[in-house]
Amino acid sequence: MATIDAPKQVSFQQDAEVLRKACQGWGTDDKAIISVLGHRNAAQRKQIRLAYEQLYQEDLIKRLESELSGDFERAVYRWILEPADRDAVLANVAIKKLSPDNHVIAEISCTRSPEELLAVRRAYQARYKHSLEEDVAAHTKGDIRTLLVALVTAFRYDGEEINTRLANSEAKILHDAVKDKKFNHEEVIRILTTRSKMQLMVTFNRYRDDHDTSVTKHLQGDSGDEFLPVLRTSVRCLNDPKKYFEKVLRNSIRRTGTDEDALTRVIVTRAEKDLKDIKEVYHKRNSVPLDQAVAKDTSGDYKALLLTLLGKQD
Amino acid sequence: MTEITFPVDINIFIVFRNFSHKTQILPPPPVKTPLMALPSGIEALDKAFSGIGVDEKSLIDIIAKSNDEHRTSLRKGCPKLFVEDDNGFERSDQSCIENLKHQFNRFRDAVVLSLLHPWERDARLIEEAIRKGPKSYSVIVEIACTRSSNQLLGARKAYHSLFDHSIEEDLAAHIKDGERKLLVALVSAYRYEGPNVKEAAAKSEAEILYNALNNADETKPLDHEDVVMILATRSKLHLQALYQHYNKTYDKTLTQDLEEGILKDTVECLCTPEAYFHRVLDAALEQDADEESKGALSRVIVTQNELLRKEGYVPNKIQDTLLGFYKDFMLGLIASGDIQENNS
Repeated sequence: MATIDAPKQVSFQQDAEVLRKACQGWGTDDKAIISVLGHRNAAQRKQIRLAYEQLYQEDLIKRLESELSGDFERAVYRWILEPADRDAVLANVAIKKLSPDNHVIAEISCTRSPEELLAVRRAYQARYKHSLEEDVAAHTKGDIRTLLVALVTAFRYDGEEINTRLANSEAKILHDAVKDKKFNHEEVIRILTTRSKMQLMVTFNRYRDDHDTSVTKHLQGDSGDEFLPVLRTSVRCLNDPKKYFEKVLRNSIRRTGTDEDALTRVIVTRAEKDLKDIKEVYHKRNSVPLDQAVAKDTSGDYKALLLTLLGKQD
Repeated sequence: MTEITFPVDINIFIVFRNFSHKTQILPPPPVKTPLMALPSGIEALDKAFSGIGVDEKSLIDIIAKSNDEHRTSLRKGCPKLFVEDDNGFERSDQSCIENLKHQFNRFRDAVVLSLLHPWERDARLIEEAIRKGPKSYSVIVEIACTRSSNQLLGARKAYHSLFDHSIEEDLAAHIKDGERKLLVALVSAYRYEGPNVKEAAAKSEAEILYNALNNADETKPLDHEDVVMILATRSKLHLQALYQHYNKTYDKTLTQDLEEGILKDTVECLCTPEAYFHRVLDAALEQDADEESKGALSRVIVTQNELLRKEGYVPNKIQDTLLGFYKDFMLGLIASGDIQENNS
């Protein structure tokens, strides 16, 4: 379930005016920005951008970019974008890092629905004049490249049809690969990057039934290179995304110094999806509500925005 | 040839010669000559069955009016198709009859193919190609590489609806040999279609391809990761620029440097699609073309008719080699498209 609390009736013109006023004069009225944008869903945010453009002949995003700074600016920027465009930006940022953030690419590919992933690919092309897959291919090598390109280009069957016999045989294939420590085996990659999510669920369940452990626990080890961890991330995202996101959040807060990139990314991308469920998982696992942990570890307007997205009532 | 079941059952026993284009010199007719002159009857039948498709009008003229005696003589005069059975009748050779039915079906299948939505059409063609195996891999390449990004996407969606699987999962599950990597990558592509091309990258990738293809000691090109990645992810404009660089730098085209196979088909489809389609059509119309090649006729003409029309493709060989309704339909697809406007 989503956490953000957007009113049904909204005047986009009024919102645009409030935002305009917030950006005028000395400094910015960040609270006003948060109180408007933090309570609008994707469709509404889009309309506000359009209204702002019509009224003031400038791009709201550009205006905000110039007025805001730091973690707050990055969070607002990601929040205000449309989901597909946002994911495209996140993917590009991940790819262009000196050492590509492969986990983010795997995360985006595996936790979005097939249609959403397609939309991301389209948005990516529109923004960067390259296909997502060609940029991933150009910045990675070897097994990681094979895995990531296959993940970003997948258009999985999205239906309910599953084949139990197939799930059994493919669970066995996965187990054999684990046994022989051949994690980069073609068959492993084939199964994980082409099968539908429903089919994979049945396969993973079968694996657990047969071997008393989830396949993710078996994908650990000291293989030296990066491939195994990224493979593991993919499986975790496909198997239980909420649990995966809880862990990302937990790690981002726990570290000495918060990992704002990860924190922002998860909260902004899941606020309209399943952040509420993730909060529950977090609370169960950590005995402390996520809001509290975030409040303790962040400050200022950045904190205020995150808490608003987490569902805090003004 | 797409195998779509269609509730028409043509079940006539027909006399015909084998499908060679050579005409046979016949022995002089027996004394008891039926009403129609036998030699020209058999000749005409031979002709009606000697191309691709069948000459329906001729068949009606010849067979509809023939009587029992005539037909018996026709059967006796055609040892290839009818053999004298011990029990006193001319028995048919079933495989030849099946072949014959197949010829009749060309028109039927082409019509159905052209009626389908392009997405469904491509999805079914791919599914059939996967089922048929290695000889049909080039069809998968053709569809993946000559459709626009959105058309290919549409085919992938249609595939979900029709077969409850994704194309890539069926491909990956059915193909175990070396071609798998390339084929899965090709159908998964959503290529950028804008004008931006980085010449420097195109140049360096031309070099990468050259090295991959001309190092005898290294991995086979199909297994070479960079080869697959470049061909499966780069935009078509980028690849065409790469193709030019290759030509200029190494004094031979990239296609020339590739052996027959899906890698060569891939490069052709992406960089020189018109040449590819012409080659496929010519091969289909060759005298000794096999069924695989002939099947390309309907597929290419139905799916590329606008391209062929725009290019002014001259269908002389089609005129000479095809027969009957099938010929009319194929020619109609390629001829100028004024008919639509006139009818409305």
